[in-house]
Amino acid sequence: MKKTTAFIGSAAALVLVPGLALSDPDEDSLTINGDIPIVTQTDAPAHTENLSEIYSGWRFRSDETQAFQMDDFDNPGMIGVENAAVDWETVDGSAGKSCANCHGAPEEMAGVRAVYPKWNEEMGKVTTLEMEVNNCRETRMGAKTWKYTGGDMTDMVALISSVSRGMPVNVEINGPAKETWEQGKELYYTRTGQLELSCANCHEDSYGMMIRADHLSQGQINGFPTYRLKNTKLNSVHARFKGCVRDTRAQTYKPGSPEFIALELYVASRGNGLSVEGPSVRN
Amino acid sequence: MKHALIGLTAMLAASTATAESVKPTDVVFVDGAVEVSLSGVVGDPASGAEIMNKGAGNCIACHQVSALSHLAFHGEIGPPLDGVADRWSVAELRGIVANAKVMFEGSLMPSFYKTEGFVRLGDAYTGEAHGDGDVQPLLSAQQIEDVVAFLVTLKEE
Ligand code: HEC
Ligand code: HEC
Ligand code: HEC
Repeated sequence: MKKTTAFIGSAAALVLVPGLALSDPDEDSLTINGDIPIVTQTDAPAHTENLSEIYSGWRFRSDETQAFQMDDFDNPGMIGVENAAVDWETVDGSAGKSCANCHGAPEEMAGVRAVYPKWNEEMGKVTTLEMEVNNCRETRMGAKTWKYTGGDMTDMVALISSVSRGMPVNVEINGPAKETWEQGKELYYTRTGQLELSCANCHEDSYGMMIRADHLSQGQINGFPTYRLKNTKLNSVHARFKGCVRDTRAQTYKPGSPEFIALELYVASRGNGLSVEGPSVRN
Repeated sequence: MKHALIGLTAMLAASTATAESVKPTDVVFVDGAVEVSLSGVVGDPASGAEIMNKGAGNCIACHQVSALSHLAFHGEIGPPLDGVADRWSVAELRGIVANAKVMFEGSLMPSFYKTEGFVRLGDAYTGEAHGDGDVQPLLSAQQIEDVVAFLVTLKEE
């Protein structure tokens, strides 16, 4: 057992008083750069039957970790955004195009993060932002696709998210996306691995409690990509899902798999009403 | 007091001393409790205390235990285990540690002496599939006995 678990892994990295239990989300409020107010708590949407309030993961982090996200100069995730802003302008692939040639400024993407994953009529399935980016690269630019959870990709998703910060997450769960959403819900409540724990066991039944050294949040994804102080890089939604499934001693799904796409739609929908925060900072 | 309990475990152990460990699939639960020692060998409370803090045991990830207050980061998912031996008999404690879901239906507590019935069983914490080999329980029969031997020392009355 070389890999440490989530329970044990971060014990060394955190400085908490042993035995001192932090409970529940804190009362802090978040405004980024002094001008983007972020909704970190609101009424749960009707389709999230077992919660009355929903909270951003930011509310469960220490004051020190929270502070990193309050100003873009302190947010290490903004370096990824800057890298992606360069890629955005850079011509790549056989069609001789850059993202900017077709989409204009990155700010034109405002609102996009908030509604993804989303049903794509042309492809006849629910797509994530990563899939949209790779679709443009492959079919519209004639460029090589990026690895689903790779640095280039996650930086680009961070750029696209950053221009939607403050907007409410609002993914559509009805209509043609319904079946995928149901599949995601099923996965959310399935107890996996030798520890037989589901997402819900930790993030619905136990949020606000300590599990070993970790203060459990609701596992919301409004803050993705998240810059984690633990691995000092931006982390994509599916990479995080993979880590959480692995920690139940289960065989994980692959990033970009139909299962994780469905789970992402479902988890995103549990956060409908919270503000887009990405790139956020977590421990 | 401690001696009396260890004596009791020894008696139970003696009755099965010649037997091999009870296989995870052969454990007999009566109302969530398991009467017979799983290993046939008396548990070692000091080893049990260590298992509480590490490896596949890691009980304090979810439980607070004042007797282990020198260790950092006790979780809150389950109840504090202080005085747990006042609330449960040895057989009940063994049943809870072996498979808590028999005593507490749908419990969040992992089943430490169980080898089948998992969904997408992985190869420990690798994220890979387990493969065809034998599935080892999270804790061995002797480790369960050691943990139980530690739990019976947790008395308040
Ligand atoms: C040749 C033109 C072209 C290029 C180059 C291009 N795209 Fe697109 N992109 C489109 C079209 C057309 C669509 C689908 C219609 C739409 O939603 O705008 C689209 C859709 C998208 C979407 C989904 C938008 C939504 O509102 O749902 C994203 C995200 C996206 N592109 C990102 C990128 C990125 C990042 C790049 C550069 C790596 C890029 N695109 C390059 C033409 C292009
Ligand atoms: C054994 C408990 C456990 C299980 C089961 C679990 N997680 Fe987590 N998860 C954690 C811990 C601990 C963290 C880090 C602290 C936190 O934000 O809760 C975390 C963090 C997350 C985050 C990051 C939240 C943020 O704001 O950055 C997401 C998203 C997440 N989990 C989703 C899931 C999903 C989806 C599942 C089911 C596939 C799942 N988790 C299963 C323990 C768990
Ligand atoms: C993932 C969290 C988790 C882990 C890890 C865990 N437990 Fe538990 N445990 C629980 C919960 C939750 C309960 C409450 C019973 C229920 O499900 O209703 C419990 C109950 C108990 C009880 C009964 C307590 C009482 O006072 O009624 C004992 C004894 C116990 N656990 C021992 C252990 C031991 C020993 C270990 C390690 C080998 C362990 N637990 C690991 C979650 C956990």
